[in-house]
Amino acid sequence: MNNLFNWEPDRSKYPTVKDNGELDVDLSSHKFTKLWVGPNHPGITGNMAVEITISGDEIVQAKTHVGYLHRGFEKLIERRLFIQGFPTCIRMCVAEPDYNEYILSKSIEDLSGIEIPEMAEWLRTLALEMARLQSLLRTVPGQGGTFSLGLGVQWGMYLRDLISDRFEELTGARIYHMYILPGGVRGLLPDGFKARMEENLKLIDQFVINIKKLMFDNVIFKKRAIGVGVIKKEWVDQFGIVGPNARAVGISRDIRKDYPYLKYQELDFEPPIAKNGDIFARSTVRYQELIQTVDLIRQIMAKMPEKGDIKSPTPNVLHWKIAKGETYIRSESSRGEYGMYYVTDGSDKPRRINLRGPSYNHAMSLLEHMLINANISDVHAIMVSLQTCPPEIER
Amino acid sequence: MKDLLERLNTKYNLTDIKYQRDNLVFLTIGKENTIDLVTHLRDYEGFTHFVLLSCVDWIEEGKFQLTYFLNQPERKYDIAIRTMIDRDNAEMVSAHHLWRQITTYQRELREMYGINFPGSPGVDENFILEGWDDIPPMRREFDTKQYSEDTFFPREGRKTHDPASYMKEKLYPTEPTTDKVNKTDE
Repeated sequence: MNNLFNWEPDRSKYPTVKDNGELDVDLSSHKFTKLWVGPNHPGITGNMAVEITISGDEIVQAKTHVGYLHRGFEKLIERRLFIQGFPTCIRMCVAEPDYNEYILSKSIEDLSGIEIPEMAEWLRTLALEMARLQSLLRTVPGQGGTFSLGLGVQWGMYLRDLISDRFEELTGARIYHMYILPGGVRGLLPDGFKARMEENLKLIDQFVINIKKLMFDNVIFKKRAIGVGVIKKEWVDQFGIVGPNARAVGISRDIRKDYPYLKYQELDFEPPIAKNGDIFARSTVRYQELIQTVDLIRQIMAKMPEKGDIKSPTPNVLHWKIAKGETYIRSESSRGEYGMYYVTDGSDKPRRINLRGPSYNHAMSLLEHMLINANISDVHAIMVSLQTCPPEIER
Repeated sequence: MKDLLERLNTKYNLTDIKYQRDNLVFLTIGKENTIDLVTHLRDYEGFTHFVLLSCVDWIEEGKFQLTYFLNQPERKYDIAIRTMIDRDNAEMVSAHHLWRQITTYQRELREMYGINFPGSPGVDENFILEGWDDIPPMRREFDTKQYSEDTFFPREGRKTHDPASYMKEKLYPTEPTTDKVNKTDE
């Protein structure tokens, strides 16, 4: 009986390997089946598809397909004034638009030599951490959702909505905030903001306890997540793995610590790490980061000044020209290193912008590699555990 | 960082060295030595994290600028290596053997700029575009506005206005509105 459940298929006979090293996958042999997971599938993280070839219920080949969402953002921004790039740029990742605002603003400031006031730095830090909180409130329970633990997702979405309320009163918008602009930010905290945020954070404190019972103490979650979707340490540089996915194999890389920006040097935190590199380890790292983000928001609200300048003077945005130059700005989003390569040519429009999103490597080369020999029922779990965001692949 | 550049300068012919920040330097090297330099930095100087591979189209000079962006995680350095290649029959030596992720970058550059990387796995496969038969869309001469007008216009019942003249007409009509009202009354 025990052997029945521990049965593993013998993969030594097929698929056979051709002389050139490729797998001999002949669909007409009836040993293999081609299956498309997505783009219209509730388990897929956004607008992408994975074409898998299965033998029994094991995956022998996997290929990521993107292009369902391509709107040519980088190309469009090349034909627009510096300030006109913002409404386009923030759509490169819906879940955390504030990081797009930050890296675009910081690139322009870096090339123009603009320093921003201290108050604006604090407010930017707060906005970025709120964006991380929103993202993690979706991702942490979302991992449970892939194992049919849907309740946590409902809780998370409710709390995410409360943070959207705070964003709305801070910026006037719920999804695309357009709060961070070259030179600073658009506004100070509204009256009573801190108290209302604290009420929300208390609810999240309770959510953190509940989600631990629902997911991390749950035998189903453990059985499905431990030892599945393992990332090896030597893959980290080979595939360009960053953020929580790298920290889950014991490599402590965090842009906020390694290349401090804004006010992160004045905040007390240590990025959580794990060592096993499986789905459970990545979920644990994100769970710890969720707790840490709540703490960081409390620290920021306690340490930031009440009032101050929020914007440095900038040239007239309709006639702004930047001398020829290039720069690279990076920040730590909830998915890892989120950077922008920005080139100017002396005109009033950028010559080239190139977003470096973590999903570009995670969902393409890494996912295709990880899915081989995985069970078909784990496809969504592995994909969600990499925290894929397709828009940043096909900017 | 300066020690490193001095060491590299003895071996390679580096030009246009520019410090954007203390830990970020841009430099240019000839096409034939680029992959050699990238390999050297990875194997001997600890630049193990490949950040991105990008292309800038300098159409006026007839050149593409390829930028290999490398990071040294221990010392927190960044080096961006620029190399200029001809726009006509654009081709570059593939670097897919150095980092697995480079395959994706090269596939994208093949599709978006038409740069060939012979030997790079799957470089000719569609990445984002499907059934595209126009010039590579990220090249400067590709006009997105013209493309959308040719592809999506004219559509019956749809018309467009010049925003400036349309607003002017709406806000400051040539004939006063009251006259129009009076005329219709009559």
